[in-house]
Amino acid sequence: MPSSRISDVFTKLKSENRLAFMPFITSGDPDIAATGELITELGKQGCDLIEIGFPYSDPIADGPTIQASYTRALDKGLHVNDIFNTVAALPTEELPPLVAMVAFAIIYRIGPEEFLTKLKSAGFSGMIVPDLPGDEAASFFELSQKHGLDLVQLVSPTTKPERVERILAAASGFVYCISVAGITGVREDLPPELKDQLRWLREKTDLPLAVGFGIGKPEQIDMLRDVADGVIVGSAIVRQLEPLAKAPDQKKAIIDQIGNYAADMLAATKS
Amino acid sequence: MADTSRPNLPRASTAVAEPTTHDPDARGHFGIFGGRYIPEALMAVIEEVTAAYEKARTDQAFLDKLDDLQTHYTGRPSPLYEAIRLSEHAGGARIFLKREDLNHTGSHKINNVLGQALLARQMGKTRVIAETGAGQHGVATAVACARFGLDCVVYMGEEDIRRQKLNVFNMRTMGAEVRPVTTGSRTLRDAINEAMRDWMASVETTHYILGSVVGPHPFPQIVRDFQSVIGKEARQQCLEETGRLPDEVIACVGGGSNAAGMFYPFVEDDSVQLTGVEAGGRGPQPGQHASPLSYGRKGVLHGSFSYVMQDDDGQTCDVHSISAGLDYPGVGPEHAYWKDTGRVNYVAAEDDEALAAFKKLATLEGILPALESSHAIAHTIKAAKQRGPDDIIVVCLSGRGDKDVTEVARLLGQEL
Repeated sequence: MPSSRISDVFTKLKSENRLAFMPFITSGDPDIAATGELITELGKQGCDLIEIGFPYSDPIADGPTIQASYTRALDKGLHVNDIFNTVAALPTEELPPLVAMVAFAIIYRIGPEEFLTKLKSAGFSGMIVPDLPGDEAASFFELSQKHGLDLVQLVSPTTKPERVERILAAASGFVYCISVAGITGVREDLPPELKDQLRWLREKTDLPLAVGFGIGKPEQIDMLRDVADGVIVGSAIVRQLEPLAKAPDQKKAIIDQIGNYAADMLAATKS
Repeated sequence: MADTSRPNLPRASTAVAEPTTHDPDARGHFGIFGGRYIPEALMAVIEEVTAAYEKARTDQAFLDKLDDLQTHYTGRPSPLYEAIRLSEHAGGARIFLKREDLNHTGSHKINNVLGQALLARQMGKTRVIAETGAGQHGVATAVACARFGLDCVVYMGEEDIRRQKLNVFNMRTMGAEVRPVTTGSRTLRDAINEAMRDWMASVETTHYILGSVVGPHPFPQIVRDFQSVIGKEARQQCLEETGRLPDEVIACVGGGSNAAGMFYPFVEDDSVQLTGVEAGGRGPQPGQHASPLSYGRKGVLHGSFSYVMQDDDGQTCDVHSISAGLDYPGVGPEHAYWKDTGRVNYVAAEDDEALAAFKKLATLEGILPALESSHAIAHTIKAAKQRGPDDIIVVCLSGRGDKDVTEVARLLGQEL
């Protein structure tokens, strides 16, 4: 496993016997300035990695909460360059590694080479491309490696063993394990089959395993302690952003609230 | 003539059963187009559908059931009808209409739906979901689900529900649940997003009957194969009725299912010119039309790589067409392949041309075409003028226009 900022985070956490906490936020919701402030706040709280969603008009892999958030951002005229510019203006070396969540439709339109160049120079460490499964990813994975960016791949509970091997061949950074066979959103419990799948994956790869889709509560982190290396929280955070679109004067209060939420989740990764 | 002598005509299943050199590669690529740009959570069920389809193609019992349904339920074969007064009006080539409007449910959509409903049963699924734009695919799916006793949910954009009240009523009457889609542009593309999302959470019990030659592999191939009965029959009927192949074959293209089914059996007939007619809307300016092959660029949408209407950031653009069934920013990957290889020529017919053709076919032939098919008729009249009286044009009349009369009346400033 080649070393990268992302893999260094997981190596350090392992020595501390702690899970990684990786919040997801939508860029441009409610506006791009707030996104910069949120990244700063989440970094200040000590989050281990931050996922930055690139709004897309047809996000079939995302649930209604994140789609609505993408729509709010696009309706305000957000462009991909606004995201690059905002992140580039942050002291990214002092922040946790930033990972883009971005549709291949966007990457293809901008041009893979140009997109990766811009992503790297803005200060991102890697990306997740939810609509580019292992099958179509081989050449893009090579290109990402050339640019020094990790390409995180997803594995679902329905992914067959023979596919997993092909997927892992075009993966770096960590493996994003989808916890429920379905779309993103907050669920009440973690399915028991998940632990079995994680144990099985553990034998297949040295890459860290992070669990996402349906995680929102500190208690859920406990359940994953022995089988995963990190948790990803998306909808539960984006939902807190929702009221901001209508009440811009609440910005500071809501960013603080998300910061406090991140602090609670981080505390749960330690106990 | 030959139309009633069923044994002389190719059966629906022959287009399905024969693997050809035109099948996509194992991962669904037509040249550089197609593929599977989908979330990992859908991959297992997509592979299940692929395997089930490959098995069904060589399963005689499956093929016999399909033929039986197509003959006795759909009413196939559909006639090839010479539109003499329309030909006279155009003043050039002889125009023949492939009458898919006469199928049960009033359009070509039933061809694909019956095949996929049989496939759903084969896979042991008890629930079917579908997206619909104009409502023709939704109605065909509701009909097939009623026929097979499958639960049925149809996703339909709120804007399309307004435009297509009759079809919404028909689907509900048939026992389907019509779920309004209120996200994004509230039209066909958002209905596809919602159906995909439903499928990710319901793969165990549910088959998604995608209605056009779009989406991830194997849908572009499956839908083309089930629709190819149109072109297979038309080719044979033309040979029997005129003694030769047509000079040109014309069909409208939204996602492109009737055109794919019409063109595919003619692809190797080099003498036959193939023309796809997109929705030109109000003109070539962005946002005013739904013609990705004429004005769009290569890109990814709904799981496949094809031509698409996108902005510089890869965000899907809003599109416009008078016809809800053509109001789609993407197009099937095989059409993209045919465009780039030059096998098919793609043109656009604008809203007012389609409306004029709708009226012409009604007054000259006593046939109310769907607004989608009216685009093909509009271009056919133009193309026929450029040809001599010995030339033959076959055009796919993909659906009947009853569903559109409220909208046409509104556009003409009349009240029903």
